[in-house]
Amino acid sequence: MELTSDYIKKRLTEKFGEEVSGFCEPYGMLTFEAPKELNLKVLQFLYDDPELRFQFLTDLQAVHYPDDKGRELAVVYHLHNIRDNVRLRFKIFTDIENPDVFTATQLYASANWMERETYDFFGVNFVGHPNLKRILNVEEMDYFPLRKEYPLEEQTRVDKDDEMFGR
Amino acid sequence: MTEDVLQYSSGQNIKLPDGSIEKQTTTLNLGPTHPATHGVFQNILEVDGERVVSAESTVGYIHRAFEKIAERRPLYQITPLTDRLNYCSAPINNLGWHMTCEKLLHIEMPKRVDYLRVIIMELARITDHLICNSVIGVDAGALSVFLYVMQYRELVYEIYEEICGSRLTTNIGRIGGFERNFNATAWQKLDKFLKEFPAALKEFEALLQRNRIFVDRTVGAGPISGERALNYGFTGPNLRASGVDYDVRVHTPYSSYQDFEFNIPVGTTGDVYDRWLVRNQEMWESLKIIKQAYQKIQEFKGQEAEVYHADVPEFYLPPKQQVYTTIEALIWHFKIIMGEANIPAGEVYHSVEGANGELGFYLISDGGRSPYRLHFRRPCFIYYQAYPELVKDAMLADAVIVLSSLNLIAGEMDA
Repeated sequence: MELTSDYIKKRLTEKFGEEVSGFCEPYGMLTFEAPKELNLKVLQFLYDDPELRFQFLTDLQAVHYPDDKGRELAVVYHLHNIRDNVRLRFKIFTDIENPDVFTATQLYASANWMERETYDFFGVNFVGHPNLKRILNVEEMDYFPLRKEYPLEEQTRVDKDDEMFGR
Repeated sequence: MTEDVLQYSSGQNIKLPDGSIEKQTTTLNLGPTHPATHGVFQNILEVDGERVVSAESTVGYIHRAFEKIAERRPLYQITPLTDRLNYCSAPINNLGWHMTCEKLLHIEMPKRVDYLRVIIMELARITDHLICNSVIGVDAGALSVFLYVMQYRELVYEIYEEICGSRLTTNIGRIGGFERNFNATAWQKLDKFLKEFPAALKEFEALLQRNRIFVDRTVGAGPISGERALNYGFTGPNLRASGVDYDVRVHTPYSSYQDFEFNIPVGTTGDVYDRWLVRNQEMWESLKIIKQAYQKIQEFKGQEAEVYHADVPEFYLPPKQQVYTTIEALIWHFKIIMGEANIPAGEVYHSVEGANGELGFYLISDGGRSPYRLHFRRPCFIYYQAYPELVKDAMLADAVIVLSSLNLIAGEMDA
């Protein structure tokens, strides 16, 4: 049968009940979230299920929402079922004070560097990762540059007046 | 004597006395500025004689924080950043980015623009594959093929020059189309390329494809199974060389690729030779696509034959003539250049078939003037992590051709 968003949603809710939530389809891609403790269970289910077969990890990265207390960091997985050509987006949210998330490296070899990159820029601590260290930035760096508290330009600059342009 | 040979074949070249502080293996730095890496990245190889025991890759030497910069720039100003990802096929990055924006902004593209884009993207794919395949030749000891095909890349760069004014980092096209129509010279140059290139490609192929030395060097070097390749996130020609027929152009057609007929070449073993063959065949397929697109563009008549952009005044710059003479056009121009047109909130993932794999753009907008978060899915960053597995137990010389056969672009890897 065809793998529709409704069907995937039905299978996920059958398996995880209320735990999976926030189903929506921005620009045609099924998106949902789950508690961060369940990330491996959900990924494993999507991987192993003979019908779902989301076995290709297209992308993994994080987003920082500083105003969302307790859910500051989102880790976003883009999964792809190459056989039926269906994609989905799976998000987990974590507290920035305690950004521990289970690693997906056991499931996808490709997650290794993607998680290192996510750690490097957002400080998400992937528990169980074989080699969690910085990848693109220098190892001596002691902050996570893609977090929103680090503005791109130095705020003390006075030679630029952007008042007129709402920046 | 027999014992010595046995010892050699079991990979123990150096016998150390007990308690020695020396290592049994030699540490060898391949990169960061080694001619064979073709880019700035480092591999620390542990070699036992000529056999590679392990490899550790270090990347990030030219990291430029594009994702951070993009969070402060309007969509327009992000295009030049995408140039600097895979700079061997910059137009694919540019157009992929424009298509992502168009998807976010719900812009319908006219067919003619789609076809013009297909021509550009396939030309870019040819140049990229041409470099990668000829560089495999260089690393296997055949410099002449590389020098020979460079002049055909030059023909393509001249076409870019006519269309957008630049050659390597092209900044080609705009959100909503192209900034100007292809001029007569561009079409002439495309004609010239289509006329001269097939013969050169045939010769290029003849020099390597069944060349005994080249085949001996590349067959069986750095193989990877389809399953393993998928697990490692391989995409593009490297995945197809392992026998998986995944191609974004066919699976999720963009820019009207569904209107074209072409084959997806696949390999079987995923070794250097198969990767070379797949790329080589893809160049022929790209030529086929370009010819079809050319044909289709010729078929547009009247008004339609002049269309080179969609009608989106909020994001597409008005013609300069109007900017200088009418106040409305001047206001639009100012708003676009200063990035004062807000983009709708939403999150969108769009991917295109880059020359070395699936190039994805994940754009989250909160409705402001610039993206809230932009992430590039860079194909070679993801599949490069398979390198230690590919070269384990290979000879040192094979490690070099495996590296070049993966089509790694440092600019893309480090973003």
